Amino acid sequence: MLADYSILLIGAILVNNFVLVQFLGLCPFMGVSNKLETAMGMSMATTFVLTLASACSNLTYHFLLQPLGLGYLKTISFILVIAVVVQFTEMVVRKSSPLLHRVLGVYLPLITTNCAVLGVALLNINKEHNFMQSLFYGFGAAVGFSLVLVLFAAMRERLAVADVPSPFQGAAIGMITAGLMSLAFMGFAGLV
Amino acid sequence: MYELIAQYPLFAALFALVGLGLIFGALLGYAAVRFKTEGNPIVDQINEILPQTQCGQCGHPGCRPYAEAIADGEAINRCPPGGQAGVQALADLLDVEAIPLDEEHGEESVTQVAYIREDECIGCTKCIQACPVDAILGAAKHMHTVIASECTGCDLCVEPCPVDCIDMISEEESLQTWSWQLPDPVSREVDIIATDASATEEAA
Repeated sequence: MLADYSILLIGAILVNNFVLVQFLGLCPFMGVSNKLETAMGMSMATTFVLTLASACSNLTYHFLLQPLGLGYLKTISFILVIAVVVQFTEMVVRKSSPLLHRVLGVYLPLITTNCAVLGVALLNINKEHNFMQSLFYGFGAAVGFSLVLVLFAAMRERLAVADVPSPFQGAAIGMITAGLMSLAFMGFAGLV
Repeated sequence: MYELIAQYPLFAALFALVGLGLIFGALLGYAAVRFKTEGNPIVDQINEILPQTQCGQCGHPGCRPYAEAIADGEAINRCPPGGQAGVQALADLLDVEAIPLDEEHGEESVTQVAYIREDECIGCTKCIQACPVDAILGAAKHMHTVIASECTGCDLCVEPCPVDCIDMISEEESLQTWSWQLPDPVSREVDIIATDASATEEAA
C-alpha cells in the first residue's frame, strides 16, 4: 500500500517528470525561471492548484461524467474545474496573504493554461487511478514540476552573470540548459 | 426525466455541463463575497513603512498617495525622510532590488524638528496652514509654537514664514537616533586591502 504510493510519487517526480520527460508545462518552465524567488512562488501555487485540481477532476469524472456516460466531455469539464480551482485559490490568497498575491501576481491565472495541470487530470483517467492515487499522482507531478523549476531558475541566475558567447545569450542558452537537464532526467528511466 | 436523459444523450451532456457551471458559478460567487478585500492590502503595508511626514518631496500630496503609486509600480527610492533604510524595507516587502535614494527628490538628513523663535513670531498663521500634520499650535495675531512630538521635520513651514523665525534643529542624540560615525571612504589615505591598491595603481 505504502510502497504503491511511494512508487507512484517517485514515478511522477523523477521518472516521468512532467516537464523534462513528458514535456508538459514548458511555458511556465521557461517563462518564470528567471528569478529564484518567483520560481519558488510559482512552484508553491502550482503545487497547490495541481493537487487540488487532480482530486476535483477525479471526483467530477467518477461522480458526474461516468454515471451519465459522458466520458467524452472530460476535457472541457476538466478545464472548467481547473479554471474554478485557480480562481478560487486566487481569491483566498488575495485575502489571506497580500504579499504572496503580489509575488504570484500574474502567474496564478497563468496556471489555468498550464498544460501539465490538464495533463495530470487526463492521465489520471487514462491510468484509471482512484481518488487517493489521483491525489498522490497530482502532488507528485507538482513536486516534480517545482523541483525542476527551482533547479532551472537557480541555474539561470548563474547563467545571467556567466560569460556566455553572444549568439547563445538569453533564451538560447536557457533552451540548451533545459535540453541538458532533460537528458539528465532521462537517466531516471527504469528506476521504478 | 431519467427516460429523457437516457433517450437523448445530448440532454445529459447539456444538463451535466450546465449543472457543473452553475455549481462552480455559485461557489465563486460565494467566494467573491466571503473573501472580499477592502481596497488594496499591499498599499496599507507600504503606507506603514513610509515615514508619514506628508512632506510631498516624492511628488505626491502625501504618504498614502505615494504608497498607492508604489503599488502601481512607481520607483521606491523617492522618499528622503524614510532614507536608505526605508528603501531597503520597501524592497524587502515588495521583493525587488533595493536602489539608492533618488537625489532629485532630496537628500537623506538627520531627523529634525521645527522650532519657532517665539518672540519674533508675528502670528500670521502661514506656517499653520503649511503644516501637513497639524503640529503647529497658535491663532491669528498670537504667537505660534511647534509641538515637537508631532513634528515630522518636513521643513514645509520654513518657506512660508515672512519673518524667518522658524529654525530646523536636529534632534538631540538619543539611544534611538545614535549611529556609528563611519569613516569617509574618499579621504582614506591608506588602502587596507591589497587588491584596492593594485586597482588604483593600474588606474593611475
